[in-house]
Amino acid sequence: MKRFVYADNAATTKISPAVFDAMVPYLTEQYGNPSSIYSIGRDARKAIEIARQKVAAAIGAEPTEIYFTGCGTESDNWALKSTAELMGQKGKNQIITTNFEHHAVLHTCEHLKRQGFEIIYLPVDSEGYVTAEQVKNAITEKTAMVSVMYANNEIGTIQPISEIGQVCRDAGVLFHTDAVQAVGHVEIDVKAQNIDMLSLSGHKIHAPKGVGALFVRKGVRMVNFIDGGAQERNRRGGTENLASIVGLGVAMEMAAAGIAERMEKIRQKRDRLIDGILSAVPKTRLNGGRERRLAGNVNISFEAVEGEALLLRLDMMGICGSSGSACTSGSLDPSHVLMAIGLPHEIAHGSLRLSINEETTDADIDYILECVPRVIETLRAMSPIWNN
Amino acid sequence: MLYSDKVMDHFANPRNVGEIADADGVGEVGNAKCGDIMKMFLKIKDGKIEDVKFKTFGCGAAIATSSIATEMIKGKPIEEALKLTNKAVIEALDGLPPAKIHCSVLAEQAIKAAFADYYTKKGIDPEPFVGKIETDCHACDTH
Repeated sequence: MKRFVYADNAATTKISPAVFDAMVPYLTEQYGNPSSIYSIGRDARKAIEIARQKVAAAIGAEPTEIYFTGCGTESDNWALKSTAELMGQKGKNQIITTNFEHHAVLHTCEHLKRQGFEIIYLPVDSEGYVTAEQVKNAITEKTAMVSVMYANNEIGTIQPISEIGQVCRDAGVLFHTDAVQAVGHVEIDVKAQNIDMLSLSGHKIHAPKGVGALFVRKGVRMVNFIDGGAQERNRRGGTENLASIVGLGVAMEMAAAGIAERMEKIRQKRDRLIDGILSAVPKTRLNGGRERRLAGNVNISFEAVEGEALLLRLDMMGICGSSGSACTSGSLDPSHVLMAIGLPHEIAHGSLRLSINEETTDADIDYILECVPRVIETLRAMSPIWNN
Repeated sequence: MLYSDKVMDHFANPRNVGEIADADGVGEVGNAKCGDIMKMFLKIKDGKIEDVKFKTFGCGAAIATSSIATEMIKGKPIEEALKLTNKAVIEALDGLPPAKIHCSVLAEQAIKAAFADYYTKKGIDPEPFVGKIETDCHACDTH
């Protein structure tokens, strides 16, 4: 029987009922402008500051270190461009990052390269990891900042952020991490981990789309991202996205609670999914290491099958997933992440990412395990490069 | 990627999938690096396409263009089948997204490659009939 199984939580998530309920008043009766002096304006201001406290608490930061933004991409842009501008003035014109960052970081780096910055792309290994040693060896007196993602969005590998933070702190270099995929999945403590800047996004953790945040450690200088009003301590003008910020606060509070237990349950389902697919379908491989991996991430390549066709077939069966194939990346090259871990083009084209969460049931896993082998068999039967 | 109902129909229920063991002409175009390979098999009798089958490794549009192209030439005289253009394939599918136009080119080229093989096997120079075959789509080269 056809079911609906949403297994693309790394793309976006459903707004949780608690988040939605918390937002509704700010979309209806409590619509005041947080900058206004009368009571519904003051109430809105209070709601934003409570949300800021919640976001801060979830990552071990101070409320004054949290800036609300429009999305994770904006947070990444702000962190990199601001730091580059200020450090560039001191003659530091080198940025260290990895070759498998999200485009929010990679394309911002390309922009900075055109402005004269030297970008060092640390290569990840075949399992999808960089080491603190690589970062340490790359740092020079010209280094303006280091930006390494907390967990990869496609293959879910979790980077040694604490170790990298230590290396950067010892060297006196600013450290930014794109934690969009990690927040709510791993325990984060920006102070203990020596993180100077951290980007996060609401819609990956059951808050609405269109809201994110940037953590900036106290003492780190910033250039205003949007000049205008006094919002976000003059750094990002524009009337606040009130209801969504309230939603982000609630979502962060929920995401940071009981991570270990929640992730263990998801991990068990994920492992059943990985093992089930790998054993049922020949000529497949798991992309990215299994040990330090997001609990809900599955990324598997199937030989002789193209990713978009696979996704469309799964969609016909009610299963939502994503792929790193060229046809789904919007370009003619397959995913840069899969290329970075050394996959040949033809294998990278046949990748499937499934990202499950706490709502994924055992019946959902059973259904995916029933459908994926059938779809692969169908597509391989019509593939001229499948020899069996 | 927004596909027309026709594309989705041909993707979900592709026509003429398979191989012809004693094919009179077989053509293959594209490459795995790009993520598209089309292979066409022709059975020719009395100057007509008696049967045609395809196998495709590729996206939804690649499968749909192969499928409809086989449908468009099956039973037709050779001269007519040789006139199949990628534009006609696009029209028959009620359009393709711009990024997928190259799939229709591959479908046209795959059929021409199969005819080239047919003529070559008969000891006839295929070029006057099918022109130059682009075995690669070259879409990758332009980016």
